[in-house]
Amino acid sequence: MDEEYDVIVLGTGLTECILSGLLSVEGKKVLHMDRNDYYGGESASLNLTQLYRKFRPDQSPPTELGRDRDYAVDLIPKFIIASGELVKILVHTDVLRYLEFKQIAGSFVYTNAKISKVPSTEGEAVSSPLMGLFEKYRAKKFFVFLQGWKEDDPATHKGLNLDKLTMRQVYQHFGLELGTQDFIGHALALYLDDDYLNKPARETYERIVLYTTSMARWGKSPYIYPLYGLGELPQSFARLSAIYGGTYMLDKQVDEIVLNDDGTFAGVRSGDETVCAKMVIGDPSYFGAGKEADGGRLRVVEDGKVVRAICILKHPIPGTDGSDSVQIIIPQNQVNRRNDIYIAMVSSTHKVCADNIYVAIVSTIVETSVPEKEIQPGLQLLGPIHEKFVTVSPIYTPVSDGTQDKIYITRSYDATSHFETVVEDVQDVFKRVMGKDLELKKREADFDQ
Amino acid sequence: MSKQFQFKLVLLGESAVGKSSLVLRFVKDQFDDYRESTIGAAFLTQTVTLEDQTTVKFEIWDTAGQERYKSLAPMYYRNANCAVVVYDITQATSLDKAKTWIRELQRQADPSIVIALCGNKLDLSARRQVTEEEASKYADEQGLLWSETSAKTGEGVNAIFNAIAKKLPLTAPPSARGARGAAPGTARQGVDLNRQPAQGSEACNC
Repeated sequence: MDEEYDVIVLGTGLTECILSGLLSVEGKKVLHMDRNDYYGGESASLNLTQLYRKFRPDQSPPTELGRDRDYAVDLIPKFIIASGELVKILVHTDVLRYLEFKQIAGSFVYTNAKISKVPSTEGEAVSSPLMGLFEKYRAKKFFVFLQGWKEDDPATHKGLNLDKLTMRQVYQHFGLELGTQDFIGHALALYLDDDYLNKPARETYERIVLYTTSMARWGKSPYIYPLYGLGELPQSFARLSAIYGGTYMLDKQVDEIVLNDDGTFAGVRSGDETVCAKMVIGDPSYFGAGKEADGGRLRVVEDGKVVRAICILKHPIPGTDGSDSVQIIIPQNQVNRRNDIYIAMVSSTHKVCADNIYVAIVSTIVETSVPEKEIQPGLQLLGPIHEKFVTVSPIYTPVSDGTQDKIYITRSYDATSHFETVVEDVQDVFKRVMGKDLELKKREADFDQ
Repeated sequence: MSKQFQFKLVLLGESAVGKSSLVLRFVKDQFDDYRESTIGAAFLTQTVTLEDQTTVKFEIWDTAGQERYKSLAPMYYRNANCAVVVYDITQATSLDKAKTWIRELQRQADPSIVIALCGNKLDLSARRQVTEEEASKYADEQGLLWSETSAKTGEGVNAIFNAIAKKLPLTAPPSARGARGAAPGTARQGVDLNRQPAQGSEACNC
């Protein structure tokens, strides 16, 4: 540890691993450390031993769940949206060569006390029980309008200005019912609450386009998922970093962020060793998250909490046609909440658990002092729950952008259903660190034929 | 027409036992005394032709130095069809480390994985600390291939890769690109992200 590095990265969550991969490719000398003896930090996938060590330290995994090695249980429930930015990064860095993906079999939405499939084909749309016949006609006009929209062709705008009109006004223009608005805003645009209704329609338009182009890419659902769990993603980017000279140290306690006299970053102390670098990037847990401000320095603040219940089931979720993987969205209006409840389920098809086991995570943004009660509407949809592990995680954001003290702190994983906000954080940190936008260059072919 | 199979082969073992040198000798028939870790090379490939003209293509994954501080990702060896676990015959502790890796593979890797234990630096046998008997006895007990090699002189290098090729189950249909995730020699099952999205397809849901 006596070398000097350009960047020290703390925590091997996906955000940090993408950054260390990209910075290593840029030629930066990276040292990447994690206090855990596994990759992934908050976004890890754990085997049974690790899962029980984390949630039930006094209990060993029941043998009836099968072999330890068959499990990779995600801590954060997210899927990869097929036409999103994460896929672009995977393709451009060629990291996808380390991974294999499968589709998520279906996307469902909870309305009127039952779950219905989000149509993935025109045929499904025609027969979908989600809307009445006349409403389908109106909705079709809305989608034809969106599909026909061309930025530089005013004729396609039909007199609607997406930057001026709120989304509520656009819905009203097409005469869409509240139930349809719920469906579009929550099941397609993937908003967690209804704040978007009063904002310019542009962002909603872009989100619907992302969803529909992702859906069109593979069919069935807009999502893909890496075999062996989401924890494969940080590991793959860590490999990219290592291949470009990055040094990895797991199971390494980080005891102190050492500062220069002027308060800027000097190095990281672990035990009696201190390693120096020009800057540090890390997840909030390395910068006082959850603790009193130390030495008067407050570096991260809590911005809400997410409750997540990891549920082990011995059957597919009822009402999903026995799908091996699903997303179910419970829009807030349906259960009198401010924020949606999400269910994400994967199974042995994705090599994350033993055969005939299904792993569902129910999550939402916490609104009350009894978070576990808030996810009850989601838990009820699952049928008998064999085992349940509940976490309530604060969402931390950094108080400064790091350009002064060279301490760049990433954000906690939010409640959204895919990784697009993670990529935004990556792009944002990259820009602050490098002083330029992240441009994705195709990695040179190094496959020696 | 001869059949071709492709397999993922991973290298494991303590730092500085000669893992990369062994691959460099096998793939390029080169050796460099002061070789630094390769930067930017994700993996190398080399093909072995068996007596019946079947060709076995190895996609060889190097550790990229991640083993140095016990930080090799499980992703690295999870889908390996075969592994070469290397120790240095002049360092007794490197065999202990090799045994740790073998236990890890037996616990976490595919049960059908073919493992070869390889005692490298045979050219330095004057300083030998690990006897042939000790290593071969252990390999027999564990059902591993075993041999000694010198990446420097080339002795035994091709032989060990040939032995692996012969032991692999050559029953599956020939492989598409990438051995990952698939049963030995089968095509990738999942979605191919390099595929261009369907153009002009019906993107509307309703």
